[in-house]
Amino acid sequence: MGFPGLGPLWLTVQLGLVTVTILLVLGTPLAWWLARTRWRGREAIEAIVSLPIVLPPTVVGFYLLILLGPNGAIGKHWVTLTGQTLTFSFTGLVIASTVYSLPFVVQPLQNAFEALGRRYLEAAATLGARPLDAFVSVALPLSARGYLTATVMGFAHTLGEFGVVLMVGGNIPGSTRVISIAIYDHVEALEYGVAHRLALILLVFAFAAMVALYLVNRRWRHE
Amino acid sequence: MNDAAAIRARVRLARAGFLLDLDFSAPARGITGILGPSGSGKTTLLRCIAGLEREGVGSVAVAGTVWQDAACFVLPHERAVGFVFQDARLFPHLSVHRNLEYGRRRSADGTGVGLDEVIELLGLGALMARKPPGLSAGEAQRVAIGRALLRKPRVVLMDEPLANLDPARRQEILPYLERLHARLTIPILYVSHGIDEVIRLCDHLVLLQAGRVHGAGSVQDVLAQPELVAALGEEFGTILQGTVRSVDANYELTDIDTDAGRILVPGHHGAPGQRLRLRIQARDVSLAIGATGQSTILNVLPAVVESVRPQTGGYVDLELRVGTAVLLSRISRRSSEALGLRPGSACHAQVKGVAVKGAALGPLN
Repeated sequence: MGFPGLGPLWLTVQLGLVTVTILLVLGTPLAWWLARTRWRGREAIEAIVSLPIVLPPTVVGFYLLILLGPNGAIGKHWVTLTGQTLTFSFTGLVIASTVYSLPFVVQPLQNAFEALGRRYLEAAATLGARPLDAFVSVALPLSARGYLTATVMGFAHTLGEFGVVLMVGGNIPGSTRVISIAIYDHVEALEYGVAHRLALILLVFAFAAMVALYLVNRRWRHE
Repeated sequence: MNDAAAIRARVRLARAGFLLDLDFSAPARGITGILGPSGSGKTTLLRCIAGLEREGVGSVAVAGTVWQDAACFVLPHERAVGFVFQDARLFPHLSVHRNLEYGRRRSADGTGVGLDEVIELLGLGALMARKPPGLSAGEAQRVAIGRALLRKPRVVLMDEPLANLDPARRQEILPYLERLHARLTIPILYVSHGIDEVIRLCDHLVLLQAGRVHGAGSVQDVLAQPELVAALGEEFGTILQGTVRSVDANYELTDIDTDAGRILVPGHHGAPGQRLRLRIQARDVSLAIGATGQSTILNVLPAVVESVRPQTGGYVDLELRVGTAVLLSRISRRSSEALGLRPGSACHAQVKGVAVKGAALGPLN
């Protein structure tokens, strides 16, 4: 590595991409269900999904550490299956990020599906489209804005997480040492120059992503 | 109305403050108008036939195929209906062309209108590449009708397709609907709350009131029943089928052949041979006995009284035999008694007003 920090940066981008992909796949049915169900327990599920927004990352990380650790409910089985621990691994980080960024993906999707309503889906059904066909051909394209918001928010939020990673992933170069941890380390070591460069990269990325999101959203709204 | 090919729906559905309990049937051909005040269950009936209301209990059968009964519920996408929603519901992300293709590609092969015919019938040629957000409400509704037809439906359900249009746009769409009526053999259920639309387009009429069927039959028969028409807040009267005989260019009078004889109507109402529907309100028919002398009334027709029914409010309703038609008249009871009108009385019916209701191309019965 010619430039210190590129390793953590690349690792962070990988983590963000994997996490967002998983979240879009899992979040779509969850958001769809939340948007349409009349079940009484719906609010409880919505509250659980939103918990990572209000809880301190260390609390989320603490419980994940217990769950994913070699003696935890999930981590135990992982060890028997793979012979490796889930904590302090890239896979563990992906699971933790998925939980932590869940609301940032589910909420925009749920809003999009609620705004879509039943009108177009009813029209699709009367035109012979099965439910899944109607979802892919009508609901998905009409919720494109929600998907864009979900992707950008989910990705950006994963890049920025610190507390959860520290709790379950630690600081293993090439495996769990993501950019926010690296910046912290450089500051601790008084390497302000490197810290500056990495922080600036995150700042510029976050700003550019948000500007792009708002611009695209505004264009769509005026269409 | 009882043949196997007809549309039958038996629907019971309870909602907050609203009970729908309908035993509905419509013939297998022509346009059946469904008329009733807001909240009478018109839209819900169509939604039940299309399978869009899961809560309703009852049975739905179209052209001999059961879509719903105690034992089965065919899902909406498996019911061959062409639903035209009040708000069009074109898919905004697809071009007009792809909206039209949406239903066609998902329908079983079968006989029905083709894309080219739909484009021609509804005048969609210039719109094909456009996207729905750029269409006027009238254009959007024409595309929605075309999209529903291309689904190869066994019944077309139209839920107040003109309700969101201003009067000028309505006049623009009505001729297209009349063309469909003339060219298509699929039955159409047409929900409306405008009696003019129904007279112009429909062959049959079902009146709904507070969730129940209040009256049903041919448009002529239903609109000739004062108590049914009063429930709609409309004037009752006679509907006559006519054919333009000639147009007097000098006086601008159209001479129309009807079952009640020749009727003159001011204005140009089409070329000779053009078929029309005429509506004559009962209040606009007065009676005279003996030589009438000179009068400004254009249409004075020899008539024989068939029945006299006194009504509240000082009126009498009379059925008059005029030619082979029955003409309804509502006059004051005093006038009726002064003339000594009773069944069999010969008189002259003086028709003060005739409304021409567009070109009804189909058969009336």
